[in-house]
Amino acid sequence: MLESLLFLIMGSITIACALCVVFQKNPIYSAIFLIQTMVSLAVLYVLLHAQFIAAIQVMVYAGAIMVLFIFVIMLLNLSKADEEGERDNLFFQKPSAIILGFILVVMIGAVTLKTVFQGVKGEYTPETISQIGNTQLVGKMLFTKYVFPFEIASILLFAAIIGAIILAKKRIIED
Amino acid sequence: MIPLTWYLILSGILFSIGAVGVLIRRNAIVIFMCIELMLNAVNLAFITFSRQLNSMDGQIFVFFIMTVAAAEAAVGLAIIIAIYRNKATVNVDDINLMKW
Amino acid sequence: MPYFFGCSYLDLIGYVLLFPIAGTVINGLLGKKLSKPVVGIIGCTAIGLAFILSFFVFVDLLHLAPEHRVFEKDYFTWIGSGSFESIAGLQVDPLSVVMIMMVSGVGFIIHVYSVGYMQDDDGFYRYFTYLNLFTFSMLLLVLANNFLLMFIGWEGVGLCSYLLIGYWFEKKSASSAGMKAFIVNRVGDFGFILGIMLIFVTFNTIDFTEVFQAAPEHLQMGGFVVTMITLLLFVGAIGKSAQIPLYTWLPDAMEGPTPVSALIHAATMVTAGVYMVVRCNVLYTLAPFSLTVVAVIGGVTALFAATIGLAQNDIKRVLAYSTVSQIGFMFLACGVGAYIAGIFHLVTHSFFKALLFLGAGSVIHGLGGEQDMRKMGGLRKYMPTTYKTFLIGTLAIAGIPPFAGFFSKDEVLLEAFTKGSLLIWGLGAFAALLTAFYMFRLLFMTFCGKSNMSKHAEAHVHESPMIILIPLLVLAFLSIGGGFIGFPTASAINSFLAPVIGGGHHGTVDGGSLHHVSAGMMFSMMGISTGIAIAGIFIAYLMYIKNPDLPAKIAKKFKLIYTIVYNKYYVDEIYDATVVNPTVKTSFILWRIVDVRIIDGFVNAIARIVELKGEVLKLFQTGYVRNYALSILLGGVIIIVCSLILL
Repeated sequence: MLESLLFLIMGSITIACALCVVFQKNPIYSAIFLIQTMVSLAVLYVLLHAQFIAAIQVMVYAGAIMVLFIFVIMLLNLSKADEEGERDNLFFQKPSAIILGFILVVMIGAVTLKTVFQGVKGEYTPETISQIGNTQLVGKMLFTKYVFPFEIASILLFAAIIGAIILAKKRIIED
Repeated sequence: MIPLTWYLILSGILFSIGAVGVLIRRNAIVIFMCIELMLNAVNLAFITFSRQLNSMDGQIFVFFIMTVAAAEAAVGLAIIIAIYRNKATVNVDDINLMKW
Repeated sequence: MPYFFGCSYLDLIGYVLLFPIAGTVINGLLGKKLSKPVVGIIGCTAIGLAFILSFFVFVDLLHLAPEHRVFEKDYFTWIGSGSFESIAGLQVDPLSVVMIMMVSGVGFIIHVYSVGYMQDDDGFYRYFTYLNLFTFSMLLLVLANNFLLMFIGWEGVGLCSYLLIGYWFEKKSASSAGMKAFIVNRVGDFGFILGIMLIFVTFNTIDFTEVFQAAPEHLQMGGFVVTMITLLLFVGAIGKSAQIPLYTWLPDAMEGPTPVSALIHAATMVTAGVYMVVRCNVLYTLAPFSLTVVAVIGGVTALFAATIGLAQNDIKRVLAYSTVSQIGFMFLACGVGAYIAGIFHLVTHSFFKALLFLGAGSVIHGLGGEQDMRKMGGLRKYMPTTYKTFLIGTLAIAGIPPFAGFFSKDEVLLEAFTKGSLLIWGLGAFAALLTAFYMFRLLFMTFCGKSNMSKHAEAHVHESPMIILIPLLVLAFLSIGGGFIGFPTASAINSFLAPVIGGGHHGTVDGGSLHHVSAGMMFSMMGISTGIAIAGIFIAYLMYIKNPDLPAKIAKKFKLIYTIVYNKYYVDEIYDATVVNPTVKTSFILWRIVDVRIIDGFVNAIARIVELKGEVLKLFQTGYVRNYALSILLGGVIIIVCSLILL
């Protein structure tokens, strides 16, 4: 009972903030609303007994990535005035996008409601998870079953760092 | 214990909103943010399935998705900064050299 | 008999072809850089070696028993497609050995003559390349052991004839004459190819030995199939050997150098048709109707061409029409079944006709290019050797004993009388009379009587150098003595060639020997032939020596007939109007309308359609990223919808 109420509230907040992300003119406002969306999603993760992921979501996604976004927006000095006042060259892009989005929602809903979900049930029921501890389990999986992707992910981040630095570096003109 | 299809429908709605956002907005950074929104929707679906199948694999996968999203955001924003330096605009309609 | 590496000369028959083609390749590729004497030596040596080898092959062949004088050597399979097989192989039997000796021998003499005649010409090496190539093709033609290989040689000599007639291609008349020769030949070759195809369809093979062995069982005497085969093959012979109605190219072919006329249009190429008919005598014997056609066409051509030759004034034209007429004689002989007589006349004709042409060449050379007989006369004072050899040749062609022409012509007429009909004999006899007349007319107008030369020519006239005179002397010697190989009742050539006629190598059938004719008949025919020849000479003497004004008076009196004969019965003009011009017009229509407008237009239209489609499709590339994103999402949605509906 409490669970469904919590879900309804957090779900509506998420959807409302998502809509604001899309339809706000000012990019800073879009970023703020996106942060809010992520926080409410973290609450939903907790509801689903994925506490570690919820914490990571708030710390990494909302705390680091979105802050990066806001830094860039402020760096480029974008404001509301940049986008407003420009005539949209592709005038049927907006209506067709909304129609397409609507169809997409309907389809996904239909698919979700029609399918009978079945699959091999694993061994980690919520009771087991709470007994061992979510974080410990994630750690254990990462270092045994998924150690190879783990290492590759580190290389990926390394490459991303170097790429970002090279791409955004200020060009020094040599005399 | 609420039926997990609700979570999946919520995920679908978020995904569509993100998709519409990508198509409608002209500011490159806002398009990026809508892409992040889509990734979050997918994360929600993964966690839901992880819960339903009593497995940790979904959560691990979300972990990696976040890693990749971080890397991608960093590189993508660096590209936008580079484009801004060249063209003084982040309007994607102005980047149309591939026109016939 | 020296043996070469231990094998008999028959095995080396391939070298007879190899030497001329090697000469062609060397002269063709390197000739421009070599000096003229070297080019000449290479050309002559090639043919000389071929002749020596042919002679040794002939001697080797004599070692075999008469019934087994056939030697075949296959080299490789050229075409093997299903049941159709064409093997590159050579066949040595009495007929082909006679032909190769004649071709290479007379060819060698003419090559030597050409070294002297063409020495002032710039394209010297080109000339010798073509001449060697021609000899190669002719040797291939007579040595081939199947129809297709013979046809390769057939086409080869046609090609070389075109190249050599149009040798001085800067002259429009020469290049047109070359084209005319090739095209008229083509018409004949069309019939020839159809004949070969019909042979393949009937016998499922094109090998000579197999066809001739299967013919008597396979075909019925006088049946439709064998008549068609033989007639189609004869159409090819008509084209190649310049008989009615495809003879018009030969007089125009005189635009080429005189040695070319001597070799190709007197001794070798034009006799290819006769060779073919004799080679296929098995088939022709089975088709009496075709034989009649052959004889009639031969006889009519002989007479027709002789009449035209009466009124021509160009020395080479007279000789050209004389060639057409003499080949008509050969076909007449074949047509009555006397194949060996035809070959005998072919061999002697090559001697004296080559002599006559080379002598005419010597006259032209000595006069600095003059060819009109009305501007000659009295040359025997200035060119004695040429005159004497030319006289021998003329006596030979007229048929005066004991020169070569007498024996062969007499045999042809005898066979025509006994095996054919009186009409056939009459055609031949009248043609012989006219031959004697116009040949002596030519001699008298050129060498005797008073001189009509221009002042300039008279000042520069000279006897030709030795390199030109020696071939004349050799040929004169052959024209005197060459007839004795066919001396009646002891005819060496008859017994040598007999196995070729009738059944191939089980030939006991005589191919026209005189054994069945009584001695009285033989001698009276000889007397009649000689009388005809003397009568012709006497009339010519009357008209050109005794009363030199007589020809002009006769021409004025019979003006209409004279004009028609002088203009060659307007045959060329008739052909132009009926055949040539409509063909040219049709080709023009096909080019302008069908090719340019329809076919090119069709291809262009396809290109235009692709271009238009491209114009439409390029509108998809708008350059806007959002459009591309929209299409991605659209694709995804469609896939979901389809999977939803279908599953």
